[in-house]
Amino acid sequence: MIPGIHAPGRAPAPPARTPTPRDGKVGGGLLDPAQLLTSLPDALRKLNPATLWRNPVMFIVEIGAAFTTVLAVTRPSFFAWAITAWLWLTVVFANLAEAVAEGRGKAQAATLRAAKRDTTARRLRDWRPGREPAAFDTIGATELAQGDIVVVAAGEIIPGDGDVVEGIASVDESAITGESAPVIRESGGDRSAVTGGTKVLSDRVIVKITQRPGESFIDRMIALVEGANRQKTPNEIALNILLAALTIIFLVATVTMQPLAIYAKSVNPGVPDSLALTGDGVSGIVLVSLLVCLIPTTIGALLSAIGIAGMDRLVQRNVLAVSGRAVEAAGDVGTLLLDKTGTITLGNRQASDFVPVAGVSTGELAEAAQLASLADETPEGRSIVVYAKQAYGLRERAPGELAHAEWIPFTAQTRMSGVDVDGRQVRKGAATSVMKWVRDHGGHPTADVGALVDGISASGGTPLVVGEITGGTARVLGVVHLKDVVKEGMRERFEHMRRMGIRTVMITGDNPLTARAIADEAGVDDFLAEATPEDKLALIRKEQEGGRLVAMTGDGTNDAPALAQADVGVAMNTGTSAAKEAGNMVDLDSNPTKLIEIVEIGKQLLITRGALTTFSIANDIAKYFAIIPAMFAAVYPGLDTLNVMRLHSPQSAILSAVVFNAVVIVALIPLALRGVRYRPSSADKLLSRNLYLYGLGGIVVPFAGIKLIDLIVQFLPGMS
Amino acid sequence: MSPALAGVLFIGSLVVALALTHRPLGDHMYRVYSGTRHLAVEKVAYRLIGVRPETEQPWPVYARAVLAFSAVSILVLYAFQRLQDRLFLSLGLPAVPGHLAWNTAVSFVTNTNWQAYSGESTMGHLVQMAGLAVQNFVSAAVGMAVAVALVRGFARRRTGDLGNFWVDLVRGIVRILLPLAFLGALVLLAGGLVQNLSGGHEVAAIAGGTQQITGGPVASQEIIKELGTNGGGFYNVNSAHPFENATTWTNWVEVFALLVLPFALPRTFGRMVGDRRQGYAIAAVMAVLAITSVAVLTGLEVAHNGTVPQAVGAAMEGKEVRFGVPDSGAFAAATTLTSTGAVNSFHDSFTALGGGMTMVNMMLGEVAPGGVGSGLYGMLVLAVITVFVAGLMVGRTPEYLGKKIGPREIKLASLYFLTTPVLVLAGTALAMGSAEQRASMLNPGAHGLSEVLYAFTSAAANNGSAFAGLTANTPWYDTVLGLCMAFGRFLPIVFVLALAGSLARQSPVPASAGTLPTHRPLFVGMVTGVTVVLVALTFLPALALGPLAEGIH
Repeated sequence: MIPGIHAPGRAPAPPARTPTPRDGKVGGGLLDPAQLLTSLPDALRKLNPATLWRNPVMFIVEIGAAFTTVLAVTRPSFFAWAITAWLWLTVVFANLAEAVAEGRGKAQAATLRAAKRDTTARRLRDWRPGREPAAFDTIGATELAQGDIVVVAAGEIIPGDGDVVEGIASVDESAITGESAPVIRESGGDRSAVTGGTKVLSDRVIVKITQRPGESFIDRMIALVEGANRQKTPNEIALNILLAALTIIFLVATVTMQPLAIYAKSVNPGVPDSLALTGDGVSGIVLVSLLVCLIPTTIGALLSAIGIAGMDRLVQRNVLAVSGRAVEAAGDVGTLLLDKTGTITLGNRQASDFVPVAGVSTGELAEAAQLASLADETPEGRSIVVYAKQAYGLRERAPGELAHAEWIPFTAQTRMSGVDVDGRQVRKGAATSVMKWVRDHGGHPTADVGALVDGISASGGTPLVVGEITGGTARVLGVVHLKDVVKEGMRERFEHMRRMGIRTVMITGDNPLTARAIADEAGVDDFLAEATPEDKLALIRKEQEGGRLVAMTGDGTNDAPALAQADVGVAMNTGTSAAKEAGNMVDLDSNPTKLIEIVEIGKQLLITRGALTTFSIANDIAKYFAIIPAMFAAVYPGLDTLNVMRLHSPQSAILSAVVFNAVVIVALIPLALRGVRYRPSSADKLLSRNLYLYGLGGIVVPFAGIKLIDLIVQFLPGMS
Repeated sequence: MSPALAGVLFIGSLVVALALTHRPLGDHMYRVYSGTRHLAVEKVAYRLIGVRPETEQPWPVYARAVLAFSAVSILVLYAFQRLQDRLFLSLGLPAVPGHLAWNTAVSFVTNTNWQAYSGESTMGHLVQMAGLAVQNFVSAAVGMAVAVALVRGFARRRTGDLGNFWVDLVRGIVRILLPLAFLGALVLLAGGLVQNLSGGHEVAAIAGGTQQITGGPVASQEIIKELGTNGGGFYNVNSAHPFENATTWTNWVEVFALLVLPFALPRTFGRMVGDRRQGYAIAAVMAVLAITSVAVLTGLEVAHNGTVPQAVGAAMEGKEVRFGVPDSGAFAAATTLTSTGAVNSFHDSFTALGGGMTMVNMMLGEVAPGGVGSGLYGMLVLAVITVFVAGLMVGRTPEYLGKKIGPREIKLASLYFLTTPVLVLAGTALAMGSAEQRASMLNPGAHGLSEVLYAFTSAAANNGSAFAGLTANTPWYDTVLGLCMAFGRFLPIVFVLALAGSLARQSPVPASAGTLPTHRPLFVGMVTGVTVVLVALTFLPALALGPLAEGIH
């Protein structure tokens, strides 16, 4: 960070909010059964082949279903109609998964649209910085062009995205962030960006519009959550190719089986025709059933829902990703660049220890330090009062309590604060200032004071010296150790990151000594001290050279190049529009710690995809064992040995496999939307856990499932 | 010694011998393909071909070189056979008919060595030596070159270059195949194989009458037939002929010779990518599949299910008495697991399930350990698919050896593993759909279907062994099987080289704790699983109507 931007005294970043769902928003991942119903019309609309062909697996199922419909009409039987119905249901279930996933985005978009009301803007004419706005035109917000200057007063809606060029105001941004506490927006610096649709609560600002008409932040957000221009990510494309290849293989395998089946039937003339196999070969309905069961319908049906739900999980946490590609990249991140202030540390130095000189008790020092800090309103001063109270039970006294005390507030010139009361003078402040004060009053600070001060500085802390004059003798009582306090739990999180193979690098404007101390305490892998924007950019380039993907957060305009260079650049919503433009994600909560959650969501998305693919492919084994004996056991009775599930009849076996194939899609929709359970751990552990769960599970579950369904469908007519 | 114990010793000693040679031979091949020095004889060869050995080739150039070289090879071999009667050492045999010459030319150039003819009564010595045996060397070297190019794709970073095909080809022949073949031929000669240019002797048979016994340069051709996983026999009965395979121990040497290079190549791979454990993992997948297959196949043959074998006490039909059941089973498994296709017994006469197992071996995609080179690249493609499917489960976009498996990589890998099943199944369906082609079957019913399925599997997977029984020397079968062999060889090669090119361009992602480990037993198990589920199961419907229908009672 640039010295000066994160200087002490700067308002700390907004407190981290837990990612609990907010009012009026869709819950975080749980599937409401009612959603299935409301999404049904959309699911049926998606049966249109003109859109369905984008999903090759389900497109083949639809063609198969259409084909069996024709067969069922020409030669009706209960079996034919039952298979046909379930094949159509398979397609509908797949569409349902996608529609439900999209539906959540639509709900979000609706709340956003509410914010995009028709507003009017007061466009200034001939405004110059520093000049009082005089003439303006009142125009519709949609007529605003880039570069226009508008004035917005308390109670008015900001007509478009822009930067505050003059004034300061509190703004209600709940329309986009959901956070009801107003935020401060002011000209200059990194808190100048305002978003169209938000409301000015107090004061008046002059805003320069930076958006093009119709491309406001809210417009983009609506498009994003609706998935309007959702593009397949590279990994999704690759997976689709593999699924298409598997579909082709199984298509070839089923089609080429036909001449073989005809031959098998012809050399066994004594065997009567069955529903599955006649002299013309395997019946079309059974052939389609086999094909649909073998092609990877489970993952084919859920693939796009998984992707949409992944984006949605980010939105639940108030993060907007510009593209699915960015979410995917988040899973691959190898290096996390984290700003020290606000992300790793609480953002201001706090008292953490009282170190007295020889002959002074800690209690004495604590009492003096607290007394000297009562009039110090800086965060550091407050922290001394609080620490003395917490650690030594010293009651916080209001300045008014000591009636005849003379309070000396902290100033940048004296660099001390303190109090004169009942002939006793107490001072607390920068080491050099207090030591000088003691010396000026005839005291002689002992050598160990210097040693204490140096020791604290060396450990990365900030030493404040406490001195007093009583009865004419000036002396140093001891040193207060101020420390940048690392947020709770960060060490464990970085430990998790390391286990996931992610390197964490702390970025700070501090000197290397301080930086090292905090880096050690927080447990990050590396740090970049006295960092300039150029350093940051160079670091990102270096990591990328080595093949690592880099994620970072930023808010200032000077962060923009680094945000653009990073593979995952998360801009804070409080940041400048340049930063938001450069990054590929925006965190509406402006909570830099969220980067870690974003990485986890990216990983979870990829794991869900892999788990369901593995599950889907592993399912095939059981289906072979259900359908192959059903087709051919009549001709070659030995093949009934393969009927390990002891299914009731060929018809019930085939129907059970088809039903299972369809039902498993619905059963897995919640998993696809929620994502598989993910706990940060090493690749090895993740792999074995997921492999046993979804690979082994994928082999075993269909055996049980098909058998169970068979126990029911065997009672249907035409099943024996 | 009981036959069972002999069988266990035979297989056990093979495993030990292969484990012992894995390292030195793999390291030798690593040095051959990574070295910068050229031998004098190689320099001469480069001058003759007209190439500068220092030039590097990007994948399209490498692929063009492979294809051009193979096309010329096919033409030369075709012409050789067609002009046989006008050449010396022809033993008075006539020119080979066009369709058979095409089939044979493609067969030997593609390292398949499917033989729709009987060697001793069709090919003269010159065609055998200067035509077929030469292809035994070069087609094997081509396979190794392509495998090495793919490995370079993994090992190299940010380059379009995959090496120089001509250098890889010449080095493979000069420094690997020729020395090993020379040594091996001497061993086989000592074992009783013949090596002469005799036109044949007429001898009086015990049962009366006379028999024509053809001699020839057998030992030299026999060893490269195995070493190069070619399989094309000098004699019609291949390694069952006493001149090709005299005793139990020459049988051992031949099985060893056909497994030794494919099992050493993973070591070469491990060395080239700079992580030997990766090589061990690939070798382990091959070993798990191979040992399982050998055990199942030999077990099925020893158990000899079936009416006749049970009646006579052993499944000896089609097997040589001097080898016995277990050694024949081991040979059959080894020859179908590698793309060799040499036989010392008749797979057609195996028990139904045993014969089915030889088909499954080929249907695995010839990867356990597969042909020289082709086995390694086939297995690496399967590893890429495995990494893609299961690798997502660690929460990263999949990468293998630091190279990302994106849309282009997965497209090429998918095309690769599509090729063989499509050729096998489409070919079988075409043949079974036509009464005329069905007439070529020797047996009716499920067994006849197995004969046809076997023929197309063998051709498309470039194995070359025959189930026997099928009359394959008809214009239709010669042409169609020839096409299957050509597509089954060269389409995958082009996909593999394109994959290598796209991998070589990437800069590798450094490994971290978040990277999918590809050298652990878990990964070995996954690749094995993917090979069985994704590749072999595709053929289950066809197998159900052939060997399974016949074998399960």
